[in-house]
Amino acid sequence: MTADVSIRNATKVFGAFRALDDVSLDIAAGEFIVLLGPSGCGKTTLLSILGGFVEPTSGTIAIGGRDMTHVSPAKRPTTTMFQDYALFPHMCLRDNVGFGLRMRGMARAERHEKAFSYLDLVGLRASSAKKPHELSGGQRQRVALARALAVDPDVLLLDEPLGALDLKLRRQMQDELKAIQKRVGTTFVHVTHDQEEAMAIADRIVVMNKGRIEDVGTPASIYMRPRSLFSAGFMGEVNFLPARMRGTAANEAEVETALGRVALPASAFVSGVPAAGRDVTLCIRPEHFRGAGASVPTVSLGRGRITGSAFFGTHHRCHVAADGTVLTAHLPQTDNPEVGTELDLRLKADSIVVLQDGAGV
Amino acid sequence: MRHLTTALAALYAGLLYLFIFLPVVVLVLFSFQDGTLPVPPLNGLTLRWYEAVFSDGKLMAALGNSLVVAVVSSAIACLLGFLAAYAFARYTLPASALLRSLIVAPMTVSTLIIGLGLLSVLNLTGLRLSLVTVGIGHVVINLPLCFAIIYASMGGHQVNIERAARDLGARDWQVMLLVTAPMLLPSILAAFFLSVTFSWDEFIVAFLLSRFDVTLPVEIWSMLRSGLDPRTNAIGSVVFLISVAFLIVMELAVFRKTGKSS
Repeated sequence: MTADVSIRNATKVFGAFRALDDVSLDIAAGEFIVLLGPSGCGKTTLLSILGGFVEPTSGTIAIGGRDMTHVSPAKRPTTTMFQDYALFPHMCLRDNVGFGLRMRGMARAERHEKAFSYLDLVGLRASSAKKPHELSGGQRQRVALARALAVDPDVLLLDEPLGALDLKLRRQMQDELKAIQKRVGTTFVHVTHDQEEAMAIADRIVVMNKGRIEDVGTPASIYMRPRSLFSAGFMGEVNFLPARMRGTAANEAEVETALGRVALPASAFVSGVPAAGRDVTLCIRPEHFRGAGASVPTVSLGRGRITGSAFFGTHHRCHVAADGTVLTAHLPQTDNPEVGTELDLRLKADSIVVLQDGAGV
Repeated sequence: MRHLTTALAALYAGLLYLFIFLPVVVLVLFSFQDGTLPVPPLNGLTLRWYEAVFSDGKLMAALGNSLVVAVVSSAIACLLGFLAAYAFARYTLPASALLRSLIVAPMTVSTLIIGLGLLSVLNLTGLRLSLVTVGIGHVVINLPLCFAIIYASMGGHQVNIERAARDLGARDWQVMLLVTAPMLLPSILAAFFLSVTFSWDEFIVAFLLSRFDVTLPVEIWSMLRSGLDPRTNAIGSVVFLISVAFLIVMELAVFRKTGKSS
């Protein structure tokens, strides 16, 4: 089963701390949503409010069109997968997975049948008689997933479920989570502080900071067209270049930066073209400093000198000094950048994003 | 020099164990005395005192009473201790630390005081002295112990597990019965068996709060009033043996469980 979720003006105050500040969000049925942000950004509070473990100070939550704001966790069409898995240590896997069904009064034989099918889904049917302590971390994780899904929730809430796994296993579990979500069609709301994990699994990412939503969108749109400085910085490495608006034409605007005047297409301005004289920030991903073809419009920031370089496998990460500004550039792995050589700071015009200072969503 | 210190340490340890176990060894040894006085010299070995004890209707009735009182009162003490521990561990209560120490405080009060106090209270309520009143007394003295053992084993890591159970639709009583209690089973069993062994050979409260039906320690005490007799050694050995049996069961139950859970 699956359902849409609607969060309206949710605010949660703990004493003097606003953990969640007037957050509104609509999640479509069957969507895989990732709440992404640093610790203390409010993502876990929002998840707890969806699960019913925390009541919002103000605002409402609706799931499948029904108001759930003051409904207890047991009576919600949600289940939570906890960070520490929270498996029942004294029960075998079959009974762990069947627990929710038992609470719903399902007969033993039917319950076991269903528990087996969900253990099958996560590839652990053969271990159904084992206890949780006999399993590895990744296996416990799968059992927790099967247990949460066995009661057919409309919405599954995942609280940093991959946090305790090592990197390789985490990547593998991300693929599995995504595949299982596609299969069962349940709405998944997943909390993490790892932007790579978010990009690997999400249909849409919700970037949060200081109790507010900074940005919402597909992984590509958030990475390529961030709508706030925080969002741009949190999703990956980025160069922030301060600038001032000079003049605007029909489809173009000119900005003055420390590296000279640059003409940018109007589409680079995510939140509209500001008036002349306003301060803005150019966001440039390091991998965009790569020789653009002649066929597309390019922007030049002059020339820079490579002051440092390190090989990262997929790219060379270089520091480039130009007119007192230090930029980071990722050059192709096949290049051989040497410290001291000059680099043409040319990039595709549409790869630059301009944000107004202090701009949020 | 090192050998000497090792030898001295071994000697010291040996003396210490001798000091602790000599009375029990003497008691058990002279329960087999072939003669009417349970004192040296040992005249020979016989089982006739055990025969006499096991065919003594009053003693066997008292033994049965003791078992019933020990098991029932310990079960009640564990149940109450568990509920109290659950409340203190899972809810924020006003003056929680004070209330907790008040529950444990009776452990430091002598059983004589508790027995006398209960006797006056029972007189006021008009409740007749019986095995029930002895059981009540044993619940009073064992509850602090059960509470302390169970409370100590309730940690924060179980909170999320209980949350998960609630999230999956369990009601409060189902969470306690199906999740919390089974998770805490090792410590609940430890509390139960320790409580049983205390109740099993408790004398003062049992003596003050009983009348016609008495427990085994009280019956043994009335036997002693007619003088020393190898029968007292025999029944004493039986009491000791049963205590040891309870302790072994506890060790097996508790360590088998904790050894398995990670």
